[in-house]
Amino acid sequence: MVDKKGGETEMTAKQMQRILDEFQVEPGSVIPILQKVQQTFGYIAPQAVEKVSEYLKLTENEIYGVASFYSQFRFIPKGRHSITVCLGTACHVRNGGILLEALERLLEIRTGECTADKRFDLEAVACLGCCALAPVLKIDGDIFGNMAVIKIKELLEKFE
Amino acid sequence: MQKLVMQSKVEWQALHRPDHTRIYLGMASCGRAAGSEQVKETILGLLKKHKIAAQLIEVGCIGPCYLEPLMDIAAFGNPRISYSNVNPAKAKLIIEKHLLKGEYVRHLAVGHFGTVPIDDLPGFFTLPMLKSQVRIVLKNCGFIDPENIRHYLAQDGYGGLEKALSLTPDQVIEEITRSGLRGRGGAGFPTGKKWQICRAVSDGPKQIICNADEGDPGAFMNRSLLESDPHAVLEGMLIAGYAIGASAGTIYIRAEYPLAIKRLKIAIKQMKDIGLLGERILGSDFSFHLKIKEGAGAFVCGEETALIQSIEGKRGMPRTKPPFPAVSGLFGKPTVINNVETLGTVPHILRHGPAWFKQFGVEGNSGTKTFSLVGKVRRTGLIEVPLGTTLKKIIQDIGGGPQKTFKAVQTGGPSGGCLPEELLDTQVTYETLAAAGSIMGSGGLIVMDQDTCVVDVARYFLDFIQKESCGKCTSCRVGTRHMVEILERICNGDGAIDDLNKLESLAKTVKSTSLCGLGQTAPNPVLTTLRYFRNEYVEHVVDKYCPALVCRSLIEYYVIPEKCTGCQRCVSVCPSGAITGPRSEPHNLDIAKCIKCRACLEICRFDAIAGNAIAIRTREEK
Repeated sequence: MVDKKGGETEMTAKQMQRILDEFQVEPGSVIPILQKVQQTFGYIAPQAVEKVSEYLKLTENEIYGVASFYSQFRFIPKGRHSITVCLGTACHVRNGGILLEALERLLEIRTGECTADKRFDLEAVACLGCCALAPVLKIDGDIFGNMAVIKIKELLEKFE
Repeated sequence: MQKLVMQSKVEWQALHRPDHTRIYLGMASCGRAAGSEQVKETILGLLKKHKIAAQLIEVGCIGPCYLEPLMDIAAFGNPRISYSNVNPAKAKLIIEKHLLKGEYVRHLAVGHFGTVPIDDLPGFFTLPMLKSQVRIVLKNCGFIDPENIRHYLAQDGYGGLEKALSLTPDQVIEEITRSGLRGRGGAGFPTGKKWQICRAVSDGPKQIICNADEGDPGAFMNRSLLESDPHAVLEGMLIAGYAIGASAGTIYIRAEYPLAIKRLKIAIKQMKDIGLLGERILGSDFSFHLKIKEGAGAFVCGEETALIQSIEGKRGMPRTKPPFPAVSGLFGKPTVINNVETLGTVPHILRHGPAWFKQFGVEGNSGTKTFSLVGKVRRTGLIEVPLGTTLKKIIQDIGGGPQKTFKAVQTGGPSGGCLPEELLDTQVTYETLAAAGSIMGSGGLIVMDQDTCVVDVARYFLDFIQKESCGKCTSCRVGTRHMVEILERICNGDGAIDDLNKLESLAKTVKSTSLCGLGQTAPNPVLTTLRYFRNEYVEHVVDKYCPALVCRSLIEYYVIPEKCTGCQRCVSVCPSGAITGPRSEPHNLDIAKCIKCRACLEICRFDAIAGNAIAIRTREEK
């Protein structure tokens, strides 16, 4: 959302306005608006919080207070591909944590971060609900089951 | 409406004509994760190529996850035959043999759905995993197309609503009360009583909320039901709405369940189209509207007062009760919050009556309960059993027993407890599980074997809870944090024997001084493991020994020279350069450099010439 070029900023401003117009000015709209913002821009930028605050007549602090409570919201941009490692119980006992560690090592980032070339961002989640296939990880929309440390490198090569 | 039901039934019968070729594919999230999308593409390609006239029906989850992807074929007057663990290559073979040559593929088939025997092929519901189950809530799952309301109508869907509308709201509540149905979210509050309290409040407008914020790691019952039979839950909401006098309903669902959300949206649209939502439903005075609210990822929002805060756009922090939500809930109005499975059960009770429902289960715990059976058990999946079934029956008969030596079963997710082998004769009821120190919870059952370290599991659950604590109560916010620190110390081999007492005392404090269910149940994993597996804690603390060889500070990797052929596969995958050695000679593993990442272990087991030449043992000295 943070654009250098004037034209793009104008476009995001328009998109932002379109999102806000979908919702009524009431406290219950905070979370749905933030969800839509994240769905559209990939993350919640400071400028977006400013706009939401103006629209709902709530302080920016109040918006951040709500947004930071929920694990869904992220405040840094996404990579081209998003990797989510499941750390649910079934995955934990089948070494999901070691899988996450291997990804951190391979991508040279920590969980919650994005690689310098913007190729991947990495997150962990409490459960993807595919426990029978543990350990699992998700890249963009696809779930990969029965994962192993030695399968990661080859899998990542499929995503540019 | 009756006309539509008749039409749907006629269509359903036509669909099941013996000469109508059908292919069923399990397309719930778990099926998809196992690869059913690729199988679907293969099937569609082959049907086109060979010009086969067959209908592909995408169904939900039938339960046995370990057999996914499941692909069933009904053709040439034969009943539906089920093939398991299908991949594109197997799908090709099955289509070519079964549909082109008319011979079913015996070695890939697992069961049939017919009434007459087919060779030695077992009936699907006589398979060990399914034989002991009683399917009420899951009855339609895997049989109907969840995106087609007519399939649901053909199963007498919305018949429960029609019955309800023919009764007064008080009579509906009476039916539910008499059935003995209790909240399936885990707390077990009598559903009829909850409705009664809300009905009695004169304030309005009232609301019904479906709690689909299934947050327990290792639990997926609600997701499967919503993906496989969404109308059952929505019908339950309508009945609840009519009973308590609400004209609006909200489904609060995890954003992590995109397929369930998609199917709910489709279902709601279909309901509107045929007048099952809106004003004066089925010609009655009852009007009802539904909307979906996506949760934003907070475990505590499964607690009903926190859930309400979240819908109101606030931080999801629980508040004191009373007033109960049934009296003062969403935006201060009377609100009933029921779990997905509770609501999914309601239409069946209305349709068949409370006496029918009570024949399942035991006194005080009537009906069935769904569980997601996962972990180190042979047959994993979604199951439904009468309440009162023993843990042993679930794990041994349905789950096929543990893969190795049984150690514990965890019920009730992160708020539940780990129960040992001695307690496997425990009947699964709300009360017996609580007496054993665990809880019913929403229905996760995780089996652990000798390779699972109970101290590590307790640390894992506490770490989860500590991160999900909303921070309102000091004992939960700070107490769980200290408990995690102590558990980490023990797992790292730095624990002292006094730590066990500290842990126990902290656990009791957190349990007794937290406001909501999250804090009150948070110490359960620690308390039960200390109670049933204290020896394993002592081994960690005194002997610096982890019998399951899990705690990484207490183990080391090593090469078994007699087995190693020196194929160098492990050398190539080791990220830290810990393994060295010339080709064709046993390799060296430098413990000082090893980061215990498992890469060598995996590659040796699956890809190397020798196999299993790398192993884990207790660390010699700390």
